[in-house]
Amino acid sequence: MKQQLEIKNLSVKVEETEILKDLNLTLPRGEVHAIMGPNGTGKSTLAKALAAHPDYEITSGEVLLDGENVLEMEVDERARAGLFMAFQYPSEIPGVSIANFLRAATQARLAEDEELEATQFYKRLYEKMDMLQIDRKFTSRAINEGFSGGEKKRNEILQMAMLEPKYAIMDETDSGLDIDALRIVSEGVNKLRGPERGILLITHYQRILEYIVPDHVHVMWNGRIVKSRGKELALELEKRGYDWIKEEFAEPAAKA
Amino acid sequence: MGVPNELTSRDTFDAYLAALKDMPQWWLDLKRESWERFHELPMPHRKDETWRFANISGVNLEGYRLGETAGGEVAEKDLVARSEHVHQRAGRLVFANDQLIDSEAVTRELADQGVIWLPLEQAVREHEDLLRKHFMAQPIKLGSEKFSALHSAFCSAGSFLYVPKGVEIDLPLVACHWTNGQDAGIFPHTLLIAEDLARVTLVDFFSSPERKARNYVCGVNDLYAGPGSRVTYISAQNWGRDSLAFHLNSTQAFKDSFVTSLNVNVGSRQARTESHSQVLGEGAHTEMQSLTVATGKQEFDQRTLQTHFKGHSVSDLLYKNALLDDARTIFSGLIKVVEEAQQTDAYQTNRNLLISPTAEANALPGLEILANDVKCSHGATSGQIDDEQLYYMLARGIPEKTAKQLLVFGFFEDILIKLENEEIAENLRTLIRAQFGE
Repeated sequence: MKQQLEIKNLSVKVEETEILKDLNLTLPRGEVHAIMGPNGTGKSTLAKALAAHPDYEITSGEVLLDGENVLEMEVDERARAGLFMAFQYPSEIPGVSIANFLRAATQARLAEDEELEATQFYKRLYEKMDMLQIDRKFTSRAINEGFSGGEKKRNEILQMAMLEPKYAIMDETDSGLDIDALRIVSEGVNKLRGPERGILLITHYQRILEYIVPDHVHVMWNGRIVKSRGKELALELEKRGYDWIKEEFAEPAAKA
Repeated sequence: MGVPNELTSRDTFDAYLAALKDMPQWWLDLKRESWERFHELPMPHRKDETWRFANISGVNLEGYRLGETAGGEVAEKDLVARSEHVHQRAGRLVFANDQLIDSEAVTRELADQGVIWLPLEQAVREHEDLLRKHFMAQPIKLGSEKFSALHSAFCSAGSFLYVPKGVEIDLPLVACHWTNGQDAGIFPHTLLIAEDLARVTLVDFFSSPERKARNYVCGVNDLYAGPGSRVTYISAQNWGRDSLAFHLNSTQAFKDSFVTSLNVNVGSRQARTESHSQVLGEGAHTEMQSLTVATGKQEFDQRTLQTHFKGHSVSDLLYKNALLDDARTIFSGLIKVVEEAQQTDAYQTNRNLLISPTAEANALPGLEILANDVKCSHGATSGQIDDEQLYYMLARGIPEKTAKQLLVFGFFEDILIKLENEEIAENLRTLIRAQFGE
């Protein structure tokens, strides 16, 4: 069994409009891949579809997580199978503390007759919070309620650190972060890199890739991956922008 | 024919009164008058504005026996053992079917400062002046006058708490009222008097030992918050699921007092709560909070009144209901501000979380403002679990059932987290969580 997240010929519709068209991508564990592309090209749709958001309808294709068909799984099953999504705009949940939320998520990953050991749990939680420079007082705060943009993103990485997914998809994690927050978040992600984990970074800007250096860069355009190369592709995009991609891959109809 | 010792039978009342022959004459007179008033007053009618939306046919007093004679099925010592909700306490009284079964006095130190903490009947015998002044002295006018009269007639059990001027009690006083056995009717009473600058917390636990119990309960709790006092009253209602319950509250808040009341309701078949907060002094602040989990076919009927007689005062009401299954809630609230009560802030919020499509939340918020320089607002919202919040939790691998529970607990948490006493807050959380156990 190959340890990789395999996206095969994936097509996705949102409200009757086809956004992803026969998209193919393979993310092996141990690697960090970046997906770049202009706005409106389907990057976030890919993320949401993988995380089974109800607004996104998968019309064809397959997604295999270490050979297992993810598309047959419910939202929560996918997460427990090891797929993690760091959201661009995570929800605020009044009244549910970070600690209780993560306890429930951790408990859900244990065997049915196994009880979460609270002391161990808090020890781990505090370690990860320290790593991400999150004040320990946040454990009792309601998730994301009144958090700044940077705090929300750090909270996403905290959850990723606690849940130790096999594959993490990070949707525009760099958006809305100032340079300090970007550095802290990137350091956190770098610490989570390792042979047991594949990371897919979705970003509009090259900036975050200076901190989290990817193994591969994919360019997305019009619902497809149109170019895949090494990290140098990000620099080229930084220099040249996206227009040459648009020109190169514009559909005949759009050209005319 | 009814059951022996039926609540509404004159023979029952006569026998009850005969057994009270050692009690002061004024107490017996009050009971006789109350009994007559109970018979004179009509039963609620579906056209009564104060009973709008309520299940009138469920308000039936037939087939209940006077608690004292009902006979319990659970041993007293077991009920006392089950009354250990709050370990850190200043005193505790435990009643079963209106009989005192356990009593813990306050410390010598508090007693020496003049704190009185007694079962109601003993207080009637020993502190006539206070009782004559305060017992049932506050108006009941939200619709349950008839049931209040029956309460006066039969009420024997309950707690009397008097905190003299300037005395502060750190630990809560606790009263536990149990029904015991089927068909018992009980009349728990709570009378709290906090004099100037006193500070105190009192907690009532209302429970039936068996989930399916059928009982009739009519409880009254009156709070008197003297100038500058700080009073916290908390109740947790978990009567058997076939019970009919009334809980009638009245609060008097004098100058610069701060009163918080929190009622958590999960029990009974049909429960009616009436809460009247009277702001009688400038600078007074009252918080009226209620958390209800309505399941099965339960009906919770909530009537509230905030009256501001004096200005520069605040009343803030927040009633939150989570509704499952085919449950119903009715919230009917009114804010009244008299003409001279300028610079009043009065707020009234009812929030309903509909977890089931067949649950029903009714809201009747209202204002009656005669002063012109006030801040008043009222609002009622009913909504379902937020899809995006639920999705976010599922996306972390939390199963749907657990996720929904966490969201419902979260709905109540903004009130619970503000409680200063963590042990009481945990008790209330446990009670709420237990409603989702099946």
